[in-house]
Amino acid sequence: MSEPSNTPLKMTPLHALHVKLGGRMVEFGGYDMPIQYPEGIMTEHNWTRTHAGLFDVSHMGPSFLALPQLGGGDEAHRKVAAIVEKLVPSDIAGLTPGKVQLTVLLNEDGGIIDDLMIGRPADPAMQGALYIVVNAGTKDNDFALIQKTAGTEATLRRADDRALIALQGPEAEAVVTGIIPEAVPLTFMHFIEVAHKEFGRIVVTRCGYTGEDGFEILVPTEHGAAFAERLLADARVKPIGLGARDSLRLEGGMCLYGHDIDTTKTPVSAALSWMISKPRRERGDFPGAQRILGELKNGVPSKRVGIKPAGRAPAREGAEIQSADGQVIGVVTSGGFGPTVNGPVAQGYVDTSYAKIGTPVKLIVRGKALEAEIAAMPFVPAKYKR
Amino acid sequence: MTTYYTSEHEWISVEGDVGTVGITKFAAEKLGDVVFVELPDAGKKVKKEGDMAVVESVKAASDVYAPVSGDVVEANGSIVDDPATVNADPEGGGWFVKIKLSNAGELSGLMDKAAYDKFCAEQ
Repeated sequence: MSEPSNTPLKMTPLHALHVKLGGRMVEFGGYDMPIQYPEGIMTEHNWTRTHAGLFDVSHMGPSFLALPQLGGGDEAHRKVAAIVEKLVPSDIAGLTPGKVQLTVLLNEDGGIIDDLMIGRPADPAMQGALYIVVNAGTKDNDFALIQKTAGTEATLRRADDRALIALQGPEAEAVVTGIIPEAVPLTFMHFIEVAHKEFGRIVVTRCGYTGEDGFEILVPTEHGAAFAERLLADARVKPIGLGARDSLRLEGGMCLYGHDIDTTKTPVSAALSWMISKPRRERGDFPGAQRILGELKNGVPSKRVGIKPAGRAPAREGAEIQSADGQVIGVVTSGGFGPTVNGPVAQGYVDTSYAKIGTPVKLIVRGKALEAEIAAMPFVPAKYKR
Repeated sequence: MTTYYTSEHEWISVEGDVGTVGITKFAAEKLGDVVFVELPDAGKKVKKEGDMAVVESVKAASDVYAPVSGDVVEANGSIVDDPATVNADPEGGGWFVKIKLSNAGELSGLMDKAAYDKFCAEQ
C-alpha cells in the first residue's frame, strides 16, 4: 500500500484545509492524510460519539457503473446488477431503489479482494446505474476488475477526484439535514442524489465506519473544501483524523481491509456470512462458490473474532494468540485502545474450537502472555437510524 | 539538581546519585494521548540506552530507554493508573522511574537544556 519514495503523495480536495487546521499529516493509501489534529485522538474519538465528527474520506474510491442507456426500470437495474454479481456474493438485483449494500469482491478461490458498498439509485431516471465505493488502497485494481467484468456492457466512471466527507455522531443528523433537507427521510444504508443550490450534484448516503448514526457525502471537487468548512462552522462539528477513525471502527467491530480481511480470508472465515444472500447461496453463482458453500455447510478451521484483553495493555496486529494452556491458536489482526470502552480492544482469527464468546485466551505482547477473552463485537453498541 | 536530556527524548533530573527519569514534552506531544505505560519493577538493573519502559499511545507502542545505567529504586505508579498524566505533565508529575546511578560519568555524554532545545528545533 505504500508509494515508492520518489512518487509524490496524492492530495484530496481538503488537503489545504487539513494543514490549516493543524493536521498531523501521514501517508495513507498513497495520499497525504491527517492522522490527528491538535486536540488529539482521544478527544476526536470521544467527540464523534457525543457530537459530530467530520472525516475526509476522499482518498477512497467512489464510482458509478452505468449501462449506456439509463432509466429502463427494474430490467435495467437487473442488467447492471448482473454484472457486479459476477464479483460479489450478495443479492444486488434484489436491492430496492435507494438501498446500499456492504459486500465483498471475491476471487476464484472465494478470497476477499476488497470490501465495498454498492447502491441502487432511488431515482427512476437512474436505473441501470450503480453507486460503488471501494477502499483507497485497492481502488485501482478494483476499478480495473469491475470494468473488465463489465466489458462493453457498462462503463465504470471513477468519482474519486471528488470530495467524500463523512459526518458521524448523534448530532450529525441535525447538522446535515440543516444544510441538506432532502436527507431527512434517509434511513441507515440508503442514499439519495441531490442537486444542491450551493454545493452542486451531491450524493448523500446514511452509513459510516464508526457505529454511530451518520452520513457519507460525495461532493463535486470544486465545492469539497467549502462544504467541509460549512460543516466545521457548526459548533457541534470537529474535524477527525485517521487515528480516531481507526479506534472508532475497532470499537465498532468493523474490518479494515488488508488487516482483518484479505485474499486469504473468505466471507465465512471472516464472520461475514450474512453478505452471502440466500438467493445467491441457492444459485451458487459467485466466485469461489463451491468452497464457500462447503464452508457454510462444514465450517472453517479458523474464524474472525473480537478479543478483549483483561488488563490495560493493548495487543496489536501480529500478536500471537494462545489457548489458556499455551498452544498457538491464532493471531491478532487489529488492535488498539478504545477510548469509549476505556480499555484495549482487538480483532483476530482463532481456531474455531476456541471462537466461542467468553473463551479465555492469552495474547503474547513483548514476550509476555497477557490474559484476554473472546468477546462479542461491536464493543460499543451501534446507534444506526433504521 | 541538574537536568540532562537524551537524543531519544528522555530527561533525567539528578540529585546526589539518584536520577528521576521521564519523557520530554516534545516526545509526549509527538506520541499523542498516552493510554498505557509499562514500568520496570524496583530493583531492576538498567543499562544506558537499554530498554527501560514502554509507553503506548492510541496508535502505537514506543520504547523508552534508560538515559544512564543503574538500579531502578522507584517506579511512578500514578502514571500506570492514569496514563494521561504523561501528556498533562511530562516533565513533572509524569515521571517514569527513579534510578540509582552506577556510573555518574555517563551524564557527561548527555545534553543540557540549551543543547536539547537546539536538537529538537532541528528535528
